Amino acid sequence: MMLLANQIMDGLADGAIYASLALALAFSYRSTGIVNFAQGEMAMLSAYLVWQLMAWGIPLIPATIISIVVSFAAGALLYVALVRPLSQSSVLTVVSVLIGLYLALNSLAGFLWTYSIKALPSLFPKAHLGGGAFSVSVETVGIIAVVALVLVLLYFLFETTKLGLAMRGAASTPDSAELVGVPVPMMLLIGWGIAAALGALSGILVAPRVFLNPTMMFGVIIYAFAAATLGGFDSIVGAVVGGLLVGVIENLVGTYVPWIGPDLKIVVALVLIFGTLLIKPDGLFGRKKVARL
Amino acid sequence: MSIVVRPKLPLAVQVVIKACVAGLLLYVVPFVIPNYLVSQFATVLVFGIAIMGIDLVTGFGGAITLGHAAFVALGSYTTAILTVRYGWNPYATIPVAAALSWASGWCLGFPALRLQGLYLAMGTLVLSITVPALLKRFDGFTGGVQGLNVGNPESPLPWLDDSQWIYFLSLVIAAVLYVVARRILSGALLRSLVAARDNQLVAAVMGVNRPRLATATFAMSSLYAGVAGSLYAMIVGFVSPDTFNLMLSLSLFVGAVVGGITSLRGAFIGAMFIQFVPVWASDIDVSLSGLVFGCTLIFTLLLIPSGIGGVAERFYHRTCARLGWVDRMRSRRVAGEALEDPEGLQRNFSKSGG
Repeated sequence: MMLLANQIMDGLADGAIYASLALALAFSYRSTGIVNFAQGEMAMLSAYLVWQLMAWGIPLIPATIISIVVSFAAGALLYVALVRPLSQSSVLTVVSVLIGLYLALNSLAGFLWTYSIKALPSLFPKAHLGGGAFSVSVETVGIIAVVALVLVLLYFLFETTKLGLAMRGAASTPDSAELVGVPVPMMLLIGWGIAAALGALSGILVAPRVFLNPTMMFGVIIYAFAAATLGGFDSIVGAVVGGLLVGVIENLVGTYVPWIGPDLKIVVALVLIFGTLLIKPDGLFGRKKVARL
Repeated sequence: MSIVVRPKLPLAVQVVIKACVAGLLLYVVPFVIPNYLVSQFATVLVFGIAIMGIDLVTGFGGAITLGHAAFVALGSYTTAILTVRYGWNPYATIPVAAALSWASGWCLGFPALRLQGLYLAMGTLVLSITVPALLKRFDGFTGGVQGLNVGNPESPLPWLDDSQWIYFLSLVIAAVLYVVARRILSGALLRSLVAARDNQLVAAVMGVNRPRLATATFAMSSLYAGVAGSLYAMIVGFVSPDTFNLMLSLSLFVGAVVGGITSLRGAFIGAMFIQFVPVWASDIDVSLSGLVFGCTLIFTLLLIPSGIGGVAERFYHRTCARLGWVDRMRSRRVAGEALEDPEGLQRNFSKSGG
């Protein structure tokens, strides 16, 4: 029973990381209808940036903040440089360009920092809470708390500020938003910036758990895809719930289904993605698409 | 006013061009260049076969697939397991690999077809990340991380060495599959495919059974990948799970786009790109080839969306028109600028059988 509780807590911590990356995917999808295949690699570069800043003697917390700010700028730049010019292109072109970006960024990390693994210190102390059989590491609780805090901040941004309202308007009905004076491209740019910042957060949270290396986001981006699909690609709530669900399911299946075990956990993501798309393509929280002829 | 041009070369020019191509493929590549390059060119042909499959499903079917390595793996492992575990003749495994990958393409195409655009790209991307893990898990059958030692087939002819033999084998199979693809992409079938790709509604109104067509295309492209995988196992002589990783899928995709996603001949240009660029790039830095792939992919799409093959084909058509080598009976005048659209319907029609 205690094993189950521990597995669920671990699952929630993993899930919180998936949720932050799934949120990043959902943000760029909502604002521009594009699944950013390079999101994971951007997050990986953000984690490397923290490592580099620390190597230059900047403490962890300021380095993390600098990295998140830089990632925001990089996301905005990506929107201006590649996404905006492609907004009228076919899906094939957009997907190909993002795959190109994925390949280029992945190799760039290998080029700049080599493929040998590096250790990035955790934001949280190495301690355990609770006694007896049930004990949770501070890291687990910390990750969940950080992601929860970010969610609350995002909620207030979108529900109570004028900027948030403008962003929601620009994402849902760009033409009408433009007419009432919302600078739509600017809002979409901020959306892509926030997405990159959220991705950076996931990268910085995951790096201490798997060691820093150019392929570290492979595993995470798959579960983030699964989370975003399960939750419904255009839903913010869906991305969070999807992320937590995927994290817990992944951990429980890896522990309790011996046939699958830890090596084959990745199949869980595949099954979840195809299952969701076939049974309920809009996901748990997604808006149903209505087409007009 | 634009003109759809069907080039028709004078007989002498045709003979010269065909003789040059034949000389290059049948003499220069297998006998003149250094021997270690011959098997690399065999790999180029194999990649070309797989990329023709991607052209079919992505270029003409309009469905983006980033998981072709999964079917290449299926073909390779079919050959490897049948030869190593059951002692089959390696050549006899090629049709089995083709049939198996066709069937699994059909089964997977059925759900995959319900996924549109981005979702299909994502699903197939995840599929190709899953494949190495699956191959390692069923290690009793697949040999796990160690892989399986297939061995290179020996040349039955005294005047050909092993790599020349496998080159000619690949050449024959690639030629057959090229002709098959050209047959598929001609006439009514091409028109249905392009119509379903460019405007589903119009296609449906005109009686195109899109689900059936899309599934069949997916299955056919899987068959190409499976045959490519089977030959690949023979060329390399060894299969292991990490060969069929995401990078292979993405490389094939890069090759398809760079060569021209709707150009079957371009498939082989793309194949040369993905075979030789990493070899040259890794002399300088291991990570350089990914960087070159990524940047080339982006710039190809931004600058020449129809790829090298598409540009070459347009140049060929223009040159023929300028020289007056035109089949006047089958060329026609069409109003408007629609023809300049590289992916538009009419241009593709003009290409069929050309």
